[in-house]
Amino acid sequence: MSVARNWRLQQQRYRLTGERCDTCGAAIFPPRDVCPECEAPAKTPLVFSGRGEIYSYSTVYHPPAEFETAAPYMVALVRLEEGPMVAAQLTDVDKGSVSIGMPVEMVTRKIRAEGDEGIIAYGYKFRPAGI
Amino acid sequence: MRDVAIVGIGQTKVGEHWDIGLRHLALEALQGAMADAGVERVDALYVGNMLSGALVGQEHLGALVADFAGLRGVEAVKVEAACASGAAALRLGYVAVAGGLSNVVAVVGVEKMTDAPGPEATSAAAMACDADYEAAHGLSLAALHALLMQRYMREYGYTKENFAPFAINAHANAMNNPYAMFHLALKESTYNRARMVADPLNLMDGAPIADGAAAVVLAPVEWARQLNPAPVRVAASAVGTDAVAVHDRRDPLLLDAALLSSGRAYRQAGVAPDDIDFFELHDAFGIMAALSLEATGFAERGKGVRLALDGEIALRGRVPISTLGGLKARGHPVGATGVYQAVEAVQQLRGQAGGSQVPNARLGMTQSIGGSGATAITHILERIV
Ligand SMILES: [Zn+2]
Repeated sequence: MSVARNWRLQQQRYRLTGERCDTCGAAIFPPRDVCPECEAPAKTPLVFSGRGEIYSYSTVYHPPAEFETAAPYMVALVRLEEGPMVAAQLTDVDKGSVSIGMPVEMVTRKIRAEGDEGIIAYGYKFRPAGI
Repeated sequence: MRDVAIVGIGQTKVGEHWDIGLRHLALEALQGAMADAGVERVDALYVGNMLSGALVGQEHLGALVADFAGLRGVEAVKVEAACASGAAALRLGYVAVAGGLSNVVAVVGVEKMTDAPGPEATSAAAMACDADYEAAHGLSLAALHALLMQRYMREYGYTKENFAPFAINAHANAMNNPYAMFHLALKESTYNRARMVADPLNLMDGAPIADGAAAVVLAPVEWARQLNPAPVRVAASAVGTDAVAVHDRRDPLLLDAALLSSGRAYRQAGVAPDDIDFFELHDAFGIMAALSLEATGFAERGKGVRLALDGEIALRGRVPISTLGGLKARGHPVGATGVYQAVEAVQQLRGQAGGSQVPNARLGMTQSIGGSGATAITHILERIV
């Protein structure tokens, strides 16, 4: 992924910055500038708390090429307390202790290193809440 | 709008064709379909393909395939809708004939995947997902389906072993299909012992990537009988879409795109699920087969896996699926898959499905799904003689 593309995504990646719809009040992540609930324009920034719970999880053993060195790793769909869901990796956790409904919190970690010369992308992962 | 018929079908064997390149796969299927229809020219060519740019370094397939098929000069474009690319090409071919803009149209779906190492193909296929919010975080298509499967198991009280009948049924039916990738009965114990790809989803649960091409020729129904003794009418053709990312959907376990496209198709054809004699669905993973059965009205929510466990998906069951192997055992050359489904449905409706023949099949449905569910394309085909 190019330097510019990483830069464009940094607000949402580092701080879970989404949007608030001023028309219907929906919390929106990832930001899309159009409310998916009521289709009104929605550009007011909203920084999410980073707290949520696990909707589902998996351990990936056969990853795409860019993640081969990281495998096996855990991924999850996290329902954020503000409402939206995000997909992310889990960290600081062992496989046996993860369950649906488990409270988690967001942390910033390296999500991908592209080759020896490549740029390192940082972004959100989730870990068990309160550790 | 004019009534449209499928008047010719062609296909290559699905598998690892190390000796045949992309263009020649397409050519073989296309020539087969045109010979079956008895036509030497077409008014337009639609090429369904997802990954030629990423895996073969070749785009611009419309002109390329047209030229190599001896159709230089003809109207020709490539159509892409992730794993539903082939069905999308069929949809556009249908629109052209139904709308009266073209009379005889060829549709070919083609994919060449096995030259690339596994992880590269996995990475390319993940382009069907949301690049910034799924793939960038290490979620492959298999991982996304694993997340859906895990939640489904929890929500409705199933074990991962309960998904085995989808794969076992597909393998049993592929035994009767000379074009299928696998001719190997799958035992329950083999399924249960298969190594994990993304827990709880194992290697035997997912459809294999493959090389292959399939083609159909379309024409107005009033011409059809002159072109082919056993034409099949396209009774419905419909596309539905949803958010690309699983986490952006209203309910990840409800395939809204499939609900929309099948609903539109039922209305267009004036039929209900009970009228359908067999259903070629998108069994890229067992969970997708279950969710597709539920979204299209063949099973209540949470009962798709139950339908399979009860044997109702078999050739003599209430809703036979994957009758010639499905994605799971015929193989899944992604951009070609939607056209393979149509070709196989025509085989069933012509009474040419051999040992997999569904008795007295009159109405067949196909549904091709892009990515983890963001595009669903449904066709209903009807025997007219
Ligand atoms: Zn709104």
